[in-house]
Parts: sequence; structure tokens; C-alpha cells
Amino acid sequence: MDFGLIIDSWPALMRGAVMTLTLTAIAVPAGLALALPLAVARLSHRLWLRLPSYAVIYVFRGTPLLIQLYLIYYGLGQFNAVLKSWGVWWFFRNELYCALLVLSLNTGAYTAEIFRGAISGVPSGFIEAAQASGMSWFTRLRRIVLPSAFRLAWPAYTNEVVFLMQATSLVSLITVIELFRVTKTMADRTFDIYTMYITTGLIYLMISYGIILLFGLIEAYLMRHMPLAPNARKTINQRALAVLMR
Amino acid sequence: MKKLVLMAFAAAMAFSFGAQAMEKMKVRMGTEGAYAPFNAVDKDGKLYGFDIDIGNAICAAANFECSWVTQNWDGIIPGLIAEKFDTIIASMSITEERKKKVDFTKKYYSTPARFVTADANKGVEITKANLKDKVIGVQEGTVSDHFVTDNFGDTAKIKRYEKQDQANLDLTSGRLDYVFADSVVLSDGFLKTPRGKGYGFVGPNYSDQKWFGEGIGIAVRKGEDKLREAINAAIAKIRADGTYAKIQAKYFDFDVYGD
Repeated sequence: MDFGLIIDSWPALMRGAVMTLTLTAIAVPAGLALALPLAVARLSHRLWLRLPSYAVIYVFRGTPLLIQLYLIYYGLGQFNAVLKSWGVWWFFRNELYCALLVLSLNTGAYTAEIFRGAISGVPSGFIEAAQASGMSWFTRLRRIVLPSAFRLAWPAYTNEVVFLMQATSLVSLITVIELFRVTKTMADRTFDIYTMYITTGLIYLMISYGIILLFGLIEAYLMRHMPLAPNARKTINQRALAVLMR
Repeated sequence: MKKLVLMAFAAAMAFSFGAQAMEKMKVRMGTEGAYAPFNAVDKDGKLYGFDIDIGNAICAAANFECSWVTQNWDGIIPGLIAEKFDTIIASMSITEERKKKVDFTKKYYSTPARFVTADANKGVEITKANLKDKVIGVQEGTVSDHFVTDNFGDTAKIKRYEKQDQANLDLTSGRLDYVFADSVVLSDGFLKTPRGKGYGFVGPNYSDQKWFGEGIGIAVRKGEDKLREAINAAIAKIRADGTYAKIQAKYFDFDVYGD
């Protein structure tokens, strides 16, 4: 390990890490906003709602993220004349917009499947009780189904967010300069593979655990109404949340 | 009994040494396979190009038994050091930075690097001021990348690609204003193809030793002097007996060896 090299490359690595975090911070909410309607439509008994949602999920879960990136960036780049005439080339010309679009669609499709499972898992007694008290479909969705589904889906959704953060390293292949690309440039130029990639591996590790910690706190908050078994010890997250909420 | 085993062992040793002396030296040649016309892969997955032909000619001249290994550019020096192959014949410039990690043979060719741009841009002189906020595409980790980064990096925006083909693609899609690379690679891999219509060279030839080194050489692991000397002798041999000229004529209409 060459610590001088770590210090020299630190500012560049931090700029890369900020880009990685920015990509994650934009793609995760965008994906979630896409996933909820997709999941609900996927469970609809109306074919015209179910089918398009199924198609989107099927395509984006069924193909590698790298192929999606190449198709949107290099593939659509071939049709720049058409895109210009439609007035959307400014969007696809920019590698960052292309990356955000693909990451959001990709995580949206995976998240939709997580939420589809969670919505199916909401106990039917909850729904019958809501129906019995005269709630409309939308009220039921808003007040009963989605809150229950969020609690059920949260651990799996946490994994998806961590995975997406790590997957952002792929957008370096469409020339976005993020943490992995910065590391690779440094490693290529100094040939010090170990120092550069171990340092960056540790930075990714810290970001991953930051996400896990944050999502654990949100989980403890979502579950705050759940009574603990008399002898059960509070989880670290529940204790951390109690401190924060004091 | 012990004696018998020992004798059998000695006999086996003698046999294997004898066989080794008769066998040709096995050399695995590493190349990239995405740098036409120097090294590229055809539709059937077969390697072809100037580097490949020169490599095979060197093998014949030095009496090696050669096989080819392809490796992505950014992993090519680590691949050599990790003994995935024994030489790199991939149009690699001999530079001081690389010499810290590997040894080089004498050059086997040297060509200058140049800018390519759309015909409409050709009137613009290549200066730091004129390239302000322009987007230049290069292949990451190449001497062209280092040259542009060090000389234009503070005013122009530099986009780095895995492969030269991708940079050329982004020039035609309009995401780039310029690409910068070896002139022969740009000429044969892009300008002479249908996609290169409407594009051309602009600005001078760049061959500053500080960035572009002493030309293009073959890399071997540090300390492998026997292999390096054998390749140097083979380069001299194919230069002298006309093999080099024959291979050159197949790809280029000018002298690629330089002076």
C-alpha cells in the first residue's frame, strides 16, 4: 500500500464518491416513484394495466444493466438526427442523463417486483376490515395496503438500494466520471492496482454501510408501533432510533 | 530397489531435458484485439492486423512456438505481470511510466498522433484557447489520453472511452468535437470507413518523446532478457530480410517504421 498515492488521489476519489452518491440519491427516489404505480398496475385485474407494467418489469429485470446502458447511450447515439428532430437529443447527448434514466428504470423494475410481493403479502383481514369500514379503493391503498407493504418490503428494498449504489460503477463505461472511473484512471496511470482498488473498495464499503444504517433507522421507525416480545432485546437500530427521537 | 528408482529417475530427467532442448520455446503473445488495423478481431473471432502479422513473423524468425491471448487494454500490463501471457504486442508506446513496470524491446514501428474532427471544424487552429470547452474523446490510459490530459485538460473537456471505436462512434453522434489518437488508427479504423465520411485530420503531427516515447515496442516482464534479446534479434532479422516490408505493404502505403 502506497499511502502517498492515497493522499494524492484523495480529492479526486472524493469527487468520484460524490458523483456515485448523487447518482444513487437521484435514481433511488426516481425508481421508487416508478415502482409503486408499476407494482399496483402489475396486480390489477385489468389486462390493459397489468400487461404494460409486466412488459416493463420483464425487460428491465431480464437484461443486464450494461446492455441497457450501451443501448441507450451508444445505441440511441446512432439516431441522433431523429432525436434532434424530436427535440430530445439534448437529453440523450448527456452521458449523465442517460445513466440516470437507465439506473432509475432498472431499479424501478426490481423495486416494483419487491413491492408486488409485499402488496400480495398484506393480510387479507386488513383489506376486508378496510372494506367493511367503507374505505374506497384509493383510501384503502393509501392508508392500509401501502403502509403495510412498505413494512414488509423494507429489508428487501434496503438490499436493492445497496445493490444499485454498487451498480452505479457500471456507468463509468458510458464515460461518466464516478468513483470507479476515477480509481481506474489512477490505477492505469500508476499501475498501483492494489493501493487504488483496496482504497476504493473501502470507500464503497463505507457508503454501503451508511445506506444500511440509514435504512435500518427508517425500518425501526416504520416498526415503532410493533410491541417487542417481553424478553426480546431491542435491536441496535431501535436503540439508535430511540436516542435520535428523544 | 532404491538404486533402481534413482536410475529410473535419472533416466526420466535426462529424457525430459533432452526433449526440452529440442522443443521450441513456447511464447504466449498478448494483444488487445480492438485497435484496427494493428490488432483486431474479425467476424469469426480471429485475430488479424499489423501487430499480429509482425508477431507471427517474429515467432518464425526466432523459432518460437507462439499462441495468442487477447486482453482488454487496461488490464494488459497487469496481465503480463500475472503471467497470463509472456509478451505484449499491442501497439504499445514505450514510455518512462510503463518502463517502471515492464521491459521493452526496440521499437517495431512509430507513427504520430493527430486530432480528427468534422470537416466543418477544420478551419479552427488547434490551440489551448480554441479548444476551450470543446469535448475531446480519447481511449483511456493511452499515451494519447496522457498527452491531451496534460496539454489541453485544463480548458477542454476530455471524455475517456474503453475502446477507440466508442470514441469514434461518439464523434459521429455529435457528443464529441474531436477525437485524438494514433494517426494510422484514426485513418484506417475510422476515416477510411463509411462512417468517417465528412471527418478529417486537423492540426499537426504529435510525436513528442515526453508523452509518445521512443515508438511502439513489445513489452516483456522485467528481467526476461533472453526473450527480449531474442525478439530484438528477430525484429532486426525481419527488417533485413524483407519480411517487414512485405507485411507493411499489406496495410500501409507509407513507412511505418519511422526513422
